[in-house]
Amino acid sequence: MKEVFRILEQDARKTPQQIATMTGIPLAEVKKAIKKAEGDRTILKYKTLVNWDKLGEEQVWALIEVKVVPQRDVGFDAIAERIYRFPEARSVYLVSGTYDLAVTVVGSNMREVAAFVAQKLAPLESVQGTVTHFLLKRYKEDGEILGVEERPKRVPIMP
Amino acid sequence: MKKRDLISKRVRDISPSGIRKFFDLLASMEDVISLGVGEPDFVTPWNIREAGIYSLEKGYTTYTSNYGLLELREELAHYLKARYGLDYDPQSELLITVGVSEGVDLAMRAILDPGDEILVHDPGYVSYMPCTILAGGIFVPVPTTIEDDFKVKAKDIERRITPRTKAILLGYPNNPTGAVMDREELVKIAEVAQRHNLLVISDEVYDRLVYGVEHTSLPSLPGMKERTILLSGFSKAYAMTGWRIGYAAAGEEIIEAMVKIHQYTMLCAPIMGQMAAIEALKTGGTQVEEMVAEYDKRRRIMVQGLNDIGLTCFEPRGAFYTFPSIKSTGLSSEDFAERLLLEDKVAVVPGSTFGQCGEGHVRCCYATSLAEIEEALERMGRFVKRHRSI
Ligand SMILES: Cc1ncc(COP(=O)(O)O)c(C=O)c1O
Repeated sequence: MKEVFRILEQDARKTPQQIATMTGIPLAEVKKAIKKAEGDRTILKYKTLVNWDKLGEEQVWALIEVKVVPQRDVGFDAIAERIYRFPEARSVYLVSGTYDLAVTVVGSNMREVAAFVAQKLAPLESVQGTVTHFLLKRYKEDGEILGVEERPKRVPIMP
Repeated sequence: MKKRDLISKRVRDISPSGIRKFFDLLASMEDVISLGVGEPDFVTPWNIREAGIYSLEKGYTTYTSNYGLLELREELAHYLKARYGLDYDPQSELLITVGVSEGVDLAMRAILDPGDEILVHDPGYVSYMPCTILAGGIFVPVPTTIEDDFKVKAKDIERRITPRTKAILLGYPNNPTGAVMDREELVKIAEVAQRHNLLVISDEVYDRLVYGVEHTSLPSLPGMKERTILLSGFSKAYAMTGWRIGYAAAGEEIIEAMVKIHQYTMLCAPIMGQMAAIEALKTGGTQVEEMVAEYDKRRRIMVQGLNDIGLTCFEPRGAFYTFPSIKSTGLSSEDFAERLLLEDKVAVVPGSTFGQCGEGHVRCCYATSLAEIEEALERMGRFVKRHRSI
């Protein structure tokens, strides 16, 4: 059954019928599994990976290292929640190493991102310090290579 | 000089390939979806490519032993042992060839005397007949039918044995049909070979590409290692067609004979490809499985789709080909392929290219993206609707 979700993860537009054919799992079972997964948040949502550069949209991405003081009883979870509730935070991870939380932030320009860090993130009580890395170029996103990859052509007829 | 004198009789005896004209047609057309390719659409996995690049950086640009790099032969011996329980001595029973293509040629030339007959299932891969002719042998087709899912039968082979029969050739998983042999029938064929003292050339280049069935390697059957020339390679399983690396595994005497030809005609397989092949054997296992899982999904979509549009198709269990019947259109396979290309811009290969028994079918390859497969099926559906004769 996991195969159903692997297919959807690659292409959310695949229909239950197509998935049934591809896997050999009966259509009714595929539908049931998807419905259940949508209900229990196994499938979080269906979305599209857009290359915004192509649309001329200016987007500024930043990777922010956040060093925090864990709090009694709740550890890092409470401060992580404080941060992930901001819509500017695209992803929030607890990581091992020299800092604690890795936060990606998107804004329409550098000022906006800087303002978020300076006004929202840094002043939080348990935040000890932040380091902001602005992304200069995206090469690969969610497993997809963004540039046009030139694929050599195969000989179209070969016995 | 008249043309007749210019070219040898042997070469003249090879009939020109029926698909030549498709090359010309294709060259002048745009927006064609090709189901006519005979190779993976994956690029060689990166770690294998990287090993090839690294070998260049380190300056591995020399000849190798005629047999191929010992390290590759040793890896191969381990691999064949682990996978099929086969015991080949890497020093004397394995030869690295320039693809299975060279392997077929070497095997034929090593074992056939002028007039020796070789029994080959029909349909089968296109190089078997020309290589037989070039070796001076006589090609004896053994018909297979859609009723048997194009699996060759031991009794059909045995019926065609004469005092001049030297060998049987088996190419399964099969190009063009996708058929995979069952173990029971292979055992019977092995018995026939032993009863009549025949050699078997087993082209197992698609051995890794099987879906829901197991591939039986012929030399793993009792008593068969001694009389089998196993041919396989890296082209299909590891998506390495352009690297040109294959191998032959057989008894010492046969390998020695094959090396005798290979050393003068090829010298050795390219070292860069050999270095990459070592990496493939060491680490490529999961990548092969991932590609196989992907082919399997496409296979199911294509088989279902072809049946839905009225091109009946048995379920192929191996390689990356489907071989639907085009009977419902009343067209010959060449006409079908030519018109489909001109009218709806889908390229397929006429079944007759692979032997008389391929007539009435076309070969459609599913080693292409799902999106292309779906679009091709739609175009073929329109085509069949217009040409439906019954
Ligand atoms: C059945 C069969 N044997 C051999 C070959 C040749 O493979 P290689 O690239 O190893 O020369 C092919 C290629 O299409 C094939 O289909």
